[in-house]
Amino acid sequence: MKDILTRLDSRFVIERKDETRSNLVFITVKKPVAIEVITYLRDYEGFRHLVLISAVDYIERNVFQLTYLLHNYQLHVDIGVRVEIDRQHPQMDSIHHLWAAAGVYQRELHEMFGIDFPGSPHVAEPMILEGWDNIPPMRKEFDTKKYAEETYFPREGRFKQDPREVMEIKLYPVDTEVKYGIKQVVRKRRGH
Amino acid sequence: MASNKWSENVADIKPEAKEETRKAAVPHVPEAFWTQEETFDLSSGKYLKIWQGPQHPGVTGNMALELVVEGDIVRSCKTHVGYLHRGFEKLMERRKYIQCFPIVCRICVPEPDTNEYLFAAAVEELANIEIPEKAAWIRTFVLELSRTASLTMGLGGQAGAFGLGTIGQWAVAHRDYILDLFEELTGGRVYHMYIIPGGVRLDFPDGFEDRVRAVLDKIEHLIGDIEKVMFNNSVFKARAKGLGVIPREWIEPFGITGTTARAAGAPLDVRKNNPYLVYDQLDFEMILGSASDVYERTLLRKEEILLSIRLIRQILDRMPKAGPVRRKLPNVLHWKVPAGETYVRAESGRGEMGYYLVSDGSEYPRRVHVRGASYTHAMALLEHLVKGISIADVAGVMTSLQTCPPEIER
Repeated sequence: MKDILTRLDSRFVIERKDETRSNLVFITVKKPVAIEVITYLRDYEGFRHLVLISAVDYIERNVFQLTYLLHNYQLHVDIGVRVEIDRQHPQMDSIHHLWAAAGVYQRELHEMFGIDFPGSPHVAEPMILEGWDNIPPMRKEFDTKKYAEETYFPREGRFKQDPREVMEIKLYPVDTEVKYGIKQVVRKRRGH
Repeated sequence: MASNKWSENVADIKPEAKEETRKAAVPHVPEAFWTQEETFDLSSGKYLKIWQGPQHPGVTGNMALELVVEGDIVRSCKTHVGYLHRGFEKLMERRKYIQCFPIVCRICVPEPDTNEYLFAAAVEELANIEIPEKAAWIRTFVLELSRTASLTMGLGGQAGAFGLGTIGQWAVAHRDYILDLFEELTGGRVYHMYIIPGGVRLDFPDGFEDRVRAVLDKIEHLIGDIEKVMFNNSVFKARAKGLGVIPREWIEPFGITGTTARAAGAPLDVRKNNPYLVYDQLDFEMILGSASDVYERTLLRKEEILLSIRLIRQILDRMPKAGPVRRKLPNVLHWKVPAGETYVRAESGRGEMGYYLVSDGSEYPRRVHVRGASYTHAMALLEHLVKGISIADVAGVMTSLQTCPPEIER
């Protein structure tokens, strides 16, 4: 592992190295050289297995961190290549020509984080969230609770957690419906 | 931030390494076969588009295959997922570490313990917690037992996909014996929430080992029966042999792992290559195949069940009989896991499963990425594998990859 990092250091500018375990190292590189680092690791150092591509949203620093985790079949070691990309214009070069599996990961990142990978096959097609018209849901500013409250109307029997109110509904059902306006909400939603 | 221009790329590479790096940067396979696509003129009357799934007995779980067929030969396939998306990764970002445990086990239904172990292991690694020795043995035991349950049910599903429905009934019935054991050990049948940071929740109940051994004998007997009626069945042989062959060179680009890779002869087993828990103390050999077709994969999985049974017996014989099973944790409701990131992997019934955990030093995880084996198997590989086979065999090929939709969508 040390030799690999030394060779990598002599070729590329490695901004940061974090050794998590003896067989797992995370390195940070700049965006323009990232694909070259990954290609170098794949073709010259034997990191032939693309384990995953993931993104981490650092909203406070206004960056997305992409992590390409590569595994070496012979040495059984992993290198995580971290790249920080601008959050306002999230775009990264595609690596679908290196691994067939990369296209799927990139498609998911495009959908969940809104990161664009030009050239990647079917990257803009919806994968999991068909018909989604909100901001990409894995971004930190997407509030799941707020979205659920705005999108889904309360269903009868599901709308209250407070024991006092639950008992109120059980004992005085008609009064409660009037009091909380449940029927109106349901009717209003169905009218759309 | 650096811009995207090529001219700036040069500045970042050290001058003496420039030439060689340039060469390395040029992709070796610019026209790789998976980037090429065929289009089919559906109005010509020659092709027909049909959907297999999302509700279809031949599809594992809730996913859909969009098939273009010519006669009954599949010409192209597209996988559609999204029927099971519950947003686990997002939900975990809004929960404290201990609150994530009821979530992670739901990522894979037939084999939830791998998820529990991996999440616990990732948290332990960041928080620098050592687990007691007995807890490591019990964890290995639980992983192998759930692996047996998952593979047994997978074997039944594989038989069902080729019309041998009885074996599916047997397999599910015998999985139920394992679920009974889990119920006794953990309180839950399907989802256990048993492995937690610092160890496991509880020790073995009294007399548990004997009941485990009795169930193992039953399953071993079942495998003998399946051997007779499935692997010697001429219909199954005729249909499964030579079907869905994965070439060895596809393993790297498609990220194939687990039993699917081992059936192609690639020695990829996380238990052997990157030993975790007590696997380095156990005595076992990696099982390898060569033909890489559906028959070989099924045969290999049958052997893996027997291997798991042997491993469980070894664990029961050799595990320490006394000792603590969990370490005391800080107050888990206000537990701040130190900042850092890690990736842990384990061998599940379907292949390499891994958790990529990023902590920013707060009470909540910054990011949890679940890497399931069937993610690439079902999304990328299946689309290429079913080309040119009969539509009746699609279900068999799909089951032989052990796809698990909840793992794809998380």
